[in-house]
Amino acid sequence: MPSFEPVLLARIAKPNSAKLETYRADGGYKALEKALGMPPADVTNMVKDSVLRGRGGAGFPAGLKWTFLPKDHPGPIYLCVNADESEPGTFNNRILMELDPHQLIEGIAIACHAIKSEKAFLYLRYEYGRSYRVLDAAIKECYAAGLLGKNILGKEFNLDIVLHRGAAAYICGEETGLIESLEGKRAWPRIKPPFPAIEGLFRKPTIVNNVETLCCVTHILNRGSEWFKSIGVPPDPNNPRDMGSYGPKLYCISGHVNKPGCVELPLGVTARELIDEHAGGVWKGRKAKAVVPGGISMGFLSADELDTPLDFNGPGKAGCLGLGTAAVVVVDDQTSMVDVLYNCCRFMSHESCGQCTPCREGTAWMTKILERIRAGHGKMEDLDTLTEVAGSMGIIPGTTICGLSDGAAWPVKNAIKKFRGDFEEYIASGRRSVTSAQELMAGAH
Amino acid sequence: MPVLSEQIRERIRAEFPKYPDRRAVTLPALHIVHDELRQVSPEAIREISELLEIHPAEIHDTMSFYNFFREPDRPLGKRRVWVCRSISCMLRGGEELLENLSHKWHVGPGQTSSDGSVSLEYAECLGACEGAPCILVDDECHMNVSEEDVERIVGKQ
Ligand SMILES: Cc1cc2nc3c(=O)[nH]c(=O)nc-3n(C[C@H](O)[C@H](O)[C@H](O)COP(=O)(O)O)c2cc1C
Ligand code: SF4
Ligand code: FES
Repeated sequence: MPSFEPVLLARIAKPNSAKLETYRADGGYKALEKALGMPPADVTNMVKDSVLRGRGGAGFPAGLKWTFLPKDHPGPIYLCVNADESEPGTFNNRILMELDPHQLIEGIAIACHAIKSEKAFLYLRYEYGRSYRVLDAAIKECYAAGLLGKNILGKEFNLDIVLHRGAAAYICGEETGLIESLEGKRAWPRIKPPFPAIEGLFRKPTIVNNVETLCCVTHILNRGSEWFKSIGVPPDPNNPRDMGSYGPKLYCISGHVNKPGCVELPLGVTARELIDEHAGGVWKGRKAKAVVPGGISMGFLSADELDTPLDFNGPGKAGCLGLGTAAVVVVDDQTSMVDVLYNCCRFMSHESCGQCTPCREGTAWMTKILERIRAGHGKMEDLDTLTEVAGSMGIIPGTTICGLSDGAAWPVKNAIKKFRGDFEEYIASGRRSVTSAQELMAGAH
Repeated sequence: MPVLSEQIRERIRAEFPKYPDRRAVTLPALHIVHDELRQVSPEAIREISELLEIHPAEIHDTMSFYNFFREPDRPLGKRRVWVCRSISCMLRGGEELLENLSHKWHVGPGQTSSDGSVSLEYAECLGACEGAPCILVDDECHMNVSEEDVERIVGKQ
């Protein structure tokens, strides 16, 4: 592989990387200047040509989404920056916001010019207090320097960015849950269509994009769409629907590895390369049993599937839901998948918004069944019940409003199919792994 | 006597121009009140609703959706300590950390210590998995923490 120079993380190790002065000294806001010299449609086309796919989990092409806005709309049109980052295992948006906030603000401004929006709301999960303070300071610097507000860079372009803090709920990351939450309501995802581009925030046309997606936009403007397409994986010639997986990607690696962290690499690196070459290998000299490829919603790769390329197609070919957030979580061979799956189900049950019965009840039942197995009272039939419940919930079977339930079902389907032996052995041995911590938590809330 | 001081009201009003509609100020207002008063009482909700010109039930509906805001039956202690229990932290001792702090401080998750100094909570993934196990103290994250580190950070034995 030719050597790859980080782009998105290029500045994070520099002193005062979050300051406007250092950002400008490194050529910052040149991309915005260039964008403001172009008609909005040309900026959109440039992003479309780059085939930048959304980094928030769904992989939808950003430029194409922007073209779904109604033509010649009198406005207002809104941009929502999705900084709710709550998918377990994922932390790359936090690094981008804490260490290089101007790269993001520049991307936001370019996107707003392209979609003719004068107002962006950045929905930030509450837990990111440090990101909040860094962004707040960076936004103030921009107003003082004429990079936000009226007539930005002397051009006919106005933009305000509002920082909006969440309140610790995963579902606020789902784009319409985010919109409802921003409007001051419970974060219940909306039935689509209408999609936000037609009717979104305050019922106005709205684009929702992830933090990393918008950071990529800054570099596409600087270096061009051909540059972006020189990185990553071209479309699979045997799959006419594949758009390719272009550009740099931030991979998060955590769990049982020696050096957890976030690395920027071309899309398409394999799970094995990530673990061995970028995370110091599995800890304690052990081997990996299972690897989450892109946040727990995507399911699990088995030890035999570690050569799967982590591009937009790879995990799906290995039976996972998709690339998701490219957050890799490594589980070593001394850990029972019963405990890992329980943790995933408990998360989803806690975070289900409760609107759709299959999701609310399904996530609760799957958690209860696993609780019972972990208390030493499991039955072999439980495994089929788990698979059956998992098969009945989600957008894919058409029973729920949003994708949280597909993400709740997938780890169950994958775990029972790929690691059935772990579950059978656990049930047969009558083991128990309920800890007093879990008993304590069961009493809370 | 109103529950919301003039200073709190001013901070809430300062949010209005940012949004095209006052209901959108619900979460910002709840945060301002909750930070200051460590709880949101029915009276505070009523006063917020007057400022936002919406029905108090709408505010309560939104507030109760998030397991975040405390009502007067369970006010927050001086500091709120969240211990992550999600996958990456669980794999590296997060649940044991929560358990040990809970025993040591005699506080169950969701409860406040009898001296009112800390409220202990479990959290779902804090987005700091490279530093597992991690905790959030109010809204500052601390990574790779041991029980002793937490005690030092919080200043509680
Ligand atoms: C349950 C759920 C949670 C989500 N959480 C996030 C999130 O925290 N951040 C994010 O960017 N996208 C999240 N998404 C995806 C968003 O709905 C949306 O696709 C994305 O923000 C679009 O931006 P992008 O195209 O730039 O990726 C979530 C989706 C679901 C179903
Ligand atoms: S699928 Fe689950 S999280 Fe999504 S809207 Fe339905 S109940 Fe809520
Ligand atoms: S799992 Fe604990 S911070 Fe992500």
